[in-house]
Amino acid sequence: MATTTIIKKHEPSIGKRLRRKEDPRLITGTATYVEDLQMPGMHYAMVVRSPHGAANIKSIDTSAAAAMPGVAAIFTGKDILHIAGVPCGASLPGLRVPDHKILAQDRVYFVGHPVAVVVATDKYVARDAADAIEVDYDVLQAVADPEKALAPGAPAVHPQWPDNTAFTFHQEGGDIEKAFKEADVIVKERIVSQRLIPSAMEPRGVVASWHAAEKSLTLYTSTQVPHLVRTLIAQMLGIDENRVRVVAPEVGGGFGSKLNVYAEEALMSFVSMKIGKPVKWIESRRENFLTTIHGRGHVDYYEVAAKKDGTILGIKVKLIQDLGSYHQLLTPAIPTLSVLMLPGLYRSKNMSADIIGVFTNCVPTDAYRGAGRPEATHGIERMVDILAAELKMDPAEIRLKNFIRNEEFPFPTATGLIYDTGDYAAPLRKALETVNYTELRKEQAEARKQGRLMGIGICTYGEICAMGPSPATPAGGWESATVKIEPSGKVTVMTGVSPHGQGEETTFSQIAADALGIDVEDILVQHGDTAIVQYGIGTFGSRATAVGGAALHFALQEIITKIKKFGAMLLETEDITYSDGQCTCNKTGKSISIKEIAGAAYRAMKLPANTEPGLVATYFWEPPNFTFPFGAHIMVSEVEKETGNISIKRYVAIDDCGNVLNPLIVDGQVHGGVAQGLGQALWEQAVYDDNGQLVTGEFTDYTMPRAHMMPWIESGHTVTPTPVNPLGVKGVGEAGTIGASPAAVNSVVDALSPLGVRHIDMPMTPEKIWKLVNGRNA
Amino acid sequence: MIPHQFDYAAPKSLDEALKAIADGAKPLSGGMSLVPMMKLRLAAPDRVVDLARLKELSYVREEGSALHVGATTIHYDVESSAAVKSKCPLLAETAGFIGDVQIRNMGTMGGSVAHNDPSADYPAALQALEAKIVLKGANGERTVSAADFFVDTFTTSLEEGEIVREVVVPVEAAGTGTSYAKVLQPASGFAIVGIAVRVRKSGGKISMARIGVTGLANCSYRATAAEKALEGTAGSDADIQAAAALVAQGADANSDLHASAEYRTHLAKVHAGRAIKAALGKTA
Ligand SMILES: Cc1cc2nc3c(=O)[nH]c(=O)nc-3n(C[C@H](O)[C@H](O)[C@H](O)COP(=O)(O)OP(=O)(O)OC[C@H]3O[C@@H](n4cnc5c(N)ncnc54)[C@H](O)[C@@H]3O)c2cc1C
Repeated sequence: MATTTIIKKHEPSIGKRLRRKEDPRLITGTATYVEDLQMPGMHYAMVVRSPHGAANIKSIDTSAAAAMPGVAAIFTGKDILHIAGVPCGASLPGLRVPDHKILAQDRVYFVGHPVAVVVATDKYVARDAADAIEVDYDVLQAVADPEKALAPGAPAVHPQWPDNTAFTFHQEGGDIEKAFKEADVIVKERIVSQRLIPSAMEPRGVVASWHAAEKSLTLYTSTQVPHLVRTLIAQMLGIDENRVRVVAPEVGGGFGSKLNVYAEEALMSFVSMKIGKPVKWIESRRENFLTTIHGRGHVDYYEVAAKKDGTILGIKVKLIQDLGSYHQLLTPAIPTLSVLMLPGLYRSKNMSADIIGVFTNCVPTDAYRGAGRPEATHGIERMVDILAAELKMDPAEIRLKNFIRNEEFPFPTATGLIYDTGDYAAPLRKALETVNYTELRKEQAEARKQGRLMGIGICTYGEICAMGPSPATPAGGWESATVKIEPSGKVTVMTGVSPHGQGEETTFSQIAADALGIDVEDILVQHGDTAIVQYGIGTFGSRATAVGGAALHFALQEIITKIKKFGAMLLETEDITYSDGQCTCNKTGKSISIKEIAGAAYRAMKLPANTEPGLVATYFWEPPNFTFPFGAHIMVSEVEKETGNISIKRYVAIDDCGNVLNPLIVDGQVHGGVAQGLGQALWEQAVYDDNGQLVTGEFTDYTMPRAHMMPWIESGHTVTPTPVNPLGVKGVGEAGTIGASPAAVNSVVDALSPLGVRHIDMPMTPEKIWKLVNGRNA
Repeated sequence: MIPHQFDYAAPKSLDEALKAIADGAKPLSGGMSLVPMMKLRLAAPDRVVDLARLKELSYVREEGSALHVGATTIHYDVESSAAVKSKCPLLAETAGFIGDVQIRNMGTMGGSVAHNDPSADYPAALQALEAKIVLKGANGERTVSAADFFVDTFTTSLEEGEIVREVVVPVEAAGTGTSYAKVLQPASGFAIVGIAVRVRKSGGKISMARIGVTGLANCSYRATAAEKALEGTAGSDADIQAAAALVAQGADANSDLHASAEYRTHLAKVHAGRAIKAALGKTA
């Protein structure tokens, strides 16, 4: 059986710009999303939603809708009392948790609040029937702004909690009193990170199919966390977890908005159980705006204490988080991530943070790309610039002065984290070189002489990624992987993460291909189906590769050990090496391929001692720490005085995410992230009026960045591997978003600084800028 | 985003279509405004009649000193027509500013003018061009000037049973310079303000100025005060500024999330100045 064949040297794939394996099906339109699923007997659901920010429900008349041909069933709040509320996974001391029923009971709390569900044989009938349901409301005064909600006498979102405060949270480190006492200078600013709408290209969607005979449920849902949805939906509905199969088919983006369990997932499951038919619900874009979680929603009051030479002594913040009307899965936990991120890249060990979580009559906020970290980074990076301006220091110099030094890693922060590795000056220096900083400042001085408003904005950011050690997370922070060498020698990888655009089918193939010494094309990566894949946590918090990839690494090590046992048996030697897809006897040079070994392992004519047949390994990996990527972004801008228009002249992003497995994918993550960060800085805002109506309720008013609005992004890297995982990767999913908004605002503030401008809140609309330039109240 | 139920008909001839419209059917052209409104359930016609398939309404024809643009001519065809580009460049330039490529490949002249969105682009050009809109009903045709046709927000002088059949614009005399300046509402791409300018010079003086404004107010209009201020001048920068300052005169400026009345008025003036300057640059 053993043969001496010419060894095809395996060419490492890691580090190569491999095109993504998932793209052909995406760009040919042949991928299967929830909306594409068809099943015999399928029914269609529409959700009737509150048009009011706050109202009591006086009555619901479903008779006209029920009489429409094709309408199968209608359910309202009284029908779902036995179903547990939408879960909140975050626990904070004293947290007030409203009972979040999947259909409103006697009161609605935000525009879009589900009130009833109509099920019909076709979606057009369902839609007409939804309009025919008459809900009589007694409209109440709403409150949509978190600071107004905190004011005395504000309408109570939840009548039982008239102060609208869901929780307060305090954390401090070092000696903040002393830091402020010893300060030469204290700078203060109110900094807003506005509400944003995550706007995944694919809205949410659910197909629920109940099999009464087996008492089992199959739930197709557009989610980032299929296993968590399975556990929580089973709990909500009282079904055995092993009889719930959750499938995340192709998922068209999430950005955190699908890291959740939504009312509609439970509601459609309930409907299917009731009518005994599969039910499909697809969120409209309007519903997506109104009812899928929003992101950000901070009003933060910062104070920074420093010495005359720019040394930062301490950071204080009061952070007001607009929670919306309910807690979704992680709602109250998000601002606590901001607190963790507060020290940024700086050495100061003194900090104090207070969070006030505020209820408003708006859709809940929750994780949106960066989740808490962009808010903190925006705040701290703005404050550093404000401090530099106050001290007339160069913004690059003040950063270099305060960076944690390379020899100080691992660095325990004032917020209780331990930063793994870092070389914070490296990406800043590289970014400064890329823009030719010294020359650029001269150019700026020249521009100013001509009366032109040119700005250079620097942001040096840090991140908390690879979420995370289990004790630090609400639901466990490990990840799992299974490697199956099939009898043919082809390899199937099953990962517990749930990619929805990040490209892990490609990067995980690269990890497996290089470990096994075989072709990337011989590997298939499966994910997102709880009936196929072992339990996993999912994709969010830049964790998929740093935690899931590490789990895969260890599963591969196990399988290689087993391959070698079979190889040794078949080659009748103990002295073997595994490489390039073969076991080779070090003495004779005889080798045997993975294909032959796999065949023998499954045929099992003979087994090595203490070894079972087959070639499968599963590994659950618990990370010992988070990872802490970092980087420097620089934006050069020019402001047109006459109109307030901002033009982006250059955008440089130097990110350090540790080792780079596939530069093409990493660039893509950075580009997309920068687009979203610039979106926040320049265009996007979810605006509610005082009645809780979402003014920016469509893409006609909510300004999504589009290709023609983007600058050319000059991206580059420095590489500081992490020891936290064996791949040395840190995570890059959120970096661009975190780096971009401060770079943009710092740039425009720098442009306007000759006019005495010190801070601008986002989005920096042309009108706002025009008013600042022309001395009008912005 | 599902509309109410409706019937759809695609008649073979204009007469047939007019009959259906007289019976209460709603004309459908490019569907770029009507269909979204139906999907949002802001419009709920029982019956729609598809005009876009009537090839007899899709044309650009030169007749004497005028260009005739059929109602179902798509924006892209106006933008790219050699005849429009050379004979009435303002209209081609304006068409190129409408929405994006997909919109321009579907949306039509007739649909845009009939819809009369206060932020639509064509109305600015048609005001400046003193265009004629030819309306046809079951009982015959009539022609109205752009100034009379565009009445108010989403309101025109179309009567029950009438459709826009074509739009007639002048073939520009030699020496006419034109320009369209637009500030895009960043989310929708419609005009926060759009300023269409035509100028002609003779003997070193501006002999003719026409300025159409869209987006600023409830309806497009001709900025006659600005036109008068410009005519007879040499078109110096100071002349331009003085005229541009009058472009919003008498207009009750719109205000929304994207531009307050004050800012919108300011933008109208700035862009009027830029459009006048650009148009003057093309008079030679
Ligand atoms: C994303 C997007 C961006 C856009 N951006 C712009 C922009 O930047 N600038 C701009 O000007 N427009 C813009 N539009 C609108 C676009 O130009 C539309 O095409 C136009 O307003 C309507 O033309 P239509 O042929 O699509 O008409 P339809 O939508 O078919 O009809 C519109 C209305 O006119 C009526 N109608 C249609 N044809 C006739 C006729 N011949 N006689 C009488 N009534 C008729 C219909 O009954 C309906 O009430 C945009 C649209 C979209 C969706």
